[in-house]
Amino acid sequence: MSLIRALHQQLIDQEISAVAVAQASLARIEAVDDRLKSFLQVTAPQAIAQAEKVDAQIAAGEPIGLLAGIPIGIKDNLCTKGIVTTCASQILRGFVPPYESTVTEKLQKAGAVMVGKTNLDEFAMGSSTENSGYQVTANPWDLTRVPGGSSGGSAAAVAADECLIALGSDTGGSIRQPASLCGVVGMKPTYGLVSRFGLVAYASSLDQIGPFARRVEDAAILLQAIAGHDSRDSTSLDVPIPDYTQALKPDLKGVKVGVIMDAFGEGLDDTVNEAVQTAIAKLRELGATIEEIHCPRFRSGIAAYYVIAPSEASANLARYDAVRYGLRAEADNLMEMYTHTRAKGFGAEVKRRIMLGTYALSAGYYDAYYLKAQKVRTLIKQDFDQAFTKVDVLVCPTAPTTAFKAGEKTDDPLSMYLSDLMTIPVNLAGLPAMSVPCGFDDNNLPIGLQLVGNVLGEEMLFRVGYAYEQATTWHDRQPDLSA
Amino acid sequence: MTATAVKTDYEAIIGLETHCQLNTASKIFCNCSTDFDSPPNTNVCPVCLGYPGVLPVLNEEVLAAAVKLGLAINGQIAPYSKFDRKQYFYPDLPKNYQISQFDLPIVEHGSLEIELVDKKTKEITRKTIGITRLHMEEDAGKLVHAGSDRLAGSTHSLVDFNRTGVPLLEIVSEPDLRTGQEAAEYAQSLRQLVRYLGISDGNMQEGSLRCDVNISVRPVGQKEFGTKVEIKNMNSFSAIQKAIEYEIERQIKAIADGEEIYQETRLWEEGSQRTISMRKKEGSSDYRYFPEPDLPPLEVSEQQKQTWFATLPELPSAKRARYEQKLGLSAYDARVLTEDRDVALYFEEAVNAGADPKAVANWVTQDIAAYLNNNRLTISGLALKPSALAELIDLITKGTISGKIAKDILPELLEKGGSPQKIIEARGLVQISDPDELTAIIQAVIADHPKELEKFRSGKGNMQGFFVGQVMKRTGGKADPKLTNQLIGKLLAQA
Repeated sequence: MSLIRALHQQLIDQEISAVAVAQASLARIEAVDDRLKSFLQVTAPQAIAQAEKVDAQIAAGEPIGLLAGIPIGIKDNLCTKGIVTTCASQILRGFVPPYESTVTEKLQKAGAVMVGKTNLDEFAMGSSTENSGYQVTANPWDLTRVPGGSSGGSAAAVAADECLIALGSDTGGSIRQPASLCGVVGMKPTYGLVSRFGLVAYASSLDQIGPFARRVEDAAILLQAIAGHDSRDSTSLDVPIPDYTQALKPDLKGVKVGVIMDAFGEGLDDTVNEAVQTAIAKLRELGATIEEIHCPRFRSGIAAYYVIAPSEASANLARYDAVRYGLRAEADNLMEMYTHTRAKGFGAEVKRRIMLGTYALSAGYYDAYYLKAQKVRTLIKQDFDQAFTKVDVLVCPTAPTTAFKAGEKTDDPLSMYLSDLMTIPVNLAGLPAMSVPCGFDDNNLPIGLQLVGNVLGEEMLFRVGYAYEQATTWHDRQPDLSA
Repeated sequence: MTATAVKTDYEAIIGLETHCQLNTASKIFCNCSTDFDSPPNTNVCPVCLGYPGVLPVLNEEVLAAAVKLGLAINGQIAPYSKFDRKQYFYPDLPKNYQISQFDLPIVEHGSLEIELVDKKTKEITRKTIGITRLHMEEDAGKLVHAGSDRLAGSTHSLVDFNRTGVPLLEIVSEPDLRTGQEAAEYAQSLRQLVRYLGISDGNMQEGSLRCDVNISVRPVGQKEFGTKVEIKNMNSFSAIQKAIEYEIERQIKAIADGEEIYQETRLWEEGSQRTISMRKKEGSSDYRYFPEPDLPPLEVSEQQKQTWFATLPELPSAKRARYEQKLGLSAYDARVLTEDRDVALYFEEAVNAGADPKAVANWVTQDIAAYLNNNRLTISGLALKPSALAELIDLITKGTISGKIAKDILPELLEKGGSPQKIIEARGLVQISDPDELTAIIQAVIADHPKELEKFRSGKGNMQGFFVGQVMKRTGGKADPKLTNQLIGKLLAQA
């Protein structure tokens, strides 16, 4: 059952107060976060104040929404007015935005209780949350392992029950891959479905905000609250938002599922492969027809992505120049102010991507790199378009492996980049996708199944994810953090 | 070799890059005011300050202005266009990239007709200047350097971001210009056009219209272009002309002396009336342009284009042609009248009220223009309304007043306005054109001047003129001059 609905019922029945719920969440953070380091900042006073408002509404007999009083973690690349927002970068240490992101504004109005800002790879660049400029987040299932990234803080926080739900952002898999590695539901909506206003840009044409939850229905409820057109984001889609929970059904009769064959092969762990194959069999049992699908350019996604995303990032991050806000290093002149500040304020991975992007866009290289990558992007999109003429939803593993050891890949960027092999093509095509828990390996580490939908195919994703969840028990397992 | 001889052996190739600040109420990508009189850093917001996580939203008025100017220069409006990021680090550029348009500008392949007036003969020749492209972009902020007028050598610099994000149109001409006069005329025609369209005040002193000149010289007959030099910092049309004339001479002399012309940017120094080298160009700058992912591509439909087309006013060239062909004015008068759209509209209103176009043109381009000029007024603030000017001209045509009386009452009309008919009635200035009344006055004048009558009879001097003057004096100038002359001739002969 939806954990949000259960808590909501308790709140309106006044079995528990919103303040008590918030306090429980804060207490859990207090108890486990010195080991997990999911949160960069805990916003206890604001959380209690928001919870008190919800309690006042309940006491006054006013109707409250499903998210009212629900504790939520917010990835620290979402701007929160009056609350420090750092993107886990030293260059934004102490930065207080004078504006609220559209998604957090919507959540505030819905009565959701933000308990803190979660850790991430600096500027959302990474797949392990080890690139944070402040702290390394641990995987709740094995504290020596990474939670995935870049939204590792949000994924770990939800997995460890520090908050019921969380928001992340996904540029190349930054929601789905950590969801997979932490054993929770993580969803990246269709590009443009959720406003990016207030999301600190990494790669603007790929970034999307999405939900983390422990149940598919909860992810649907959270997406419902943040989706919709925003006049402050010119790339936001002006489309009606359906009631996603209406799409949830226990069976998959008549649903055509395609298996992305190109995702299976070199680099894929056997245990992950087995778990995913078992999950596919389960979908068939639920009434779906299964078809093999070929997306020939699927594996080219990673190469295209590591040209396009760094190119956009190199421009997006140019604004951190010490002139108006953020870190300003000691310098004797303008050029030194720029170089010293950026040398000191950015971490190694951010610098690497800025250099990659600057190079790819330079005169004489543009056609060979940026333009070519955009062509590949178009071809990948065409592969998906072709696939969706035959099937309703595509499946493949979310990540090729389960959680790896902290430090294992930090010196090998290419191997780190490969952990996003399955998720990246989806961002390039602007499609919605979701990771749902589908098993555990021998080390009791979670495995995720990736469902990929057609443009604005969120309802189908939720339907398939929900039916699968109802027929399995993976989501019932929780990491043991009692030690 | 004399300077003149050298000049005729070379020709200059000139192109202009013009930045035109639009007069929209708000900035191009946010809601901040574009008012430039505000205290520093008061018209700013997270969007135009380049804060993290904020996004640009295009002000539709900017697109409308770009398309209208595009239509006015007969350009091709791109059905599909986009914004790009032009990247360079500078403290007045908050994002360290400028949102501009690179390979798919909103307008391409336009042209502008310019008129060249011969100062002596006032004869007009026309020339069409190609316009390569027109695109939209955001302006940067302003730096104020302490201890130096440039960044180099200053102790510190202050940044004012009020201008950041003010909408600009960049208009790039073909290298079709050959002289300083042509370039200045082109810039003026462009300003005239944006003013007609009401999309910019086109003020050069305040920087709403900024022109950069690209210029090279080559021997006449040579096909290849010479090395191009860019000149900046001209804040008047005459400065454009003088800077180019200076630069042409400088380059010709350098070539004649066997010196190399460097590809460089030079500044026009108003004080010394010369160009000075600012920086040498080493290859072209790499701005690492790429498509702006925060803004969707622009698609202008045929219908939208037609809607904007319908809002265009009659443009200067069409007005000039109509004044010449339909209203019978000289090319020169047509040019003067259409220079300022308000003047043209004033002229047309007077003509529409029934007055003779030629007569209206004379009044407007002479007495009224002089009055406006002396008092630093614009025609829209003039007390004399076009209908009243038409009435004044009508009174002269009908013979109710003489041209002289009309000029006498003009100062009052210009300053206070009102009806000419009422003024002449109140002042009793109606022309005496009744032959009987005039005959009586003339006879009385003749009777009062027997000596002068004697002189007339002896055929000495131009005595008829004397008597006309006396009649005018006696009538306070109201006597119909033509009739007076006729009657005096007749009466003197009889006397």
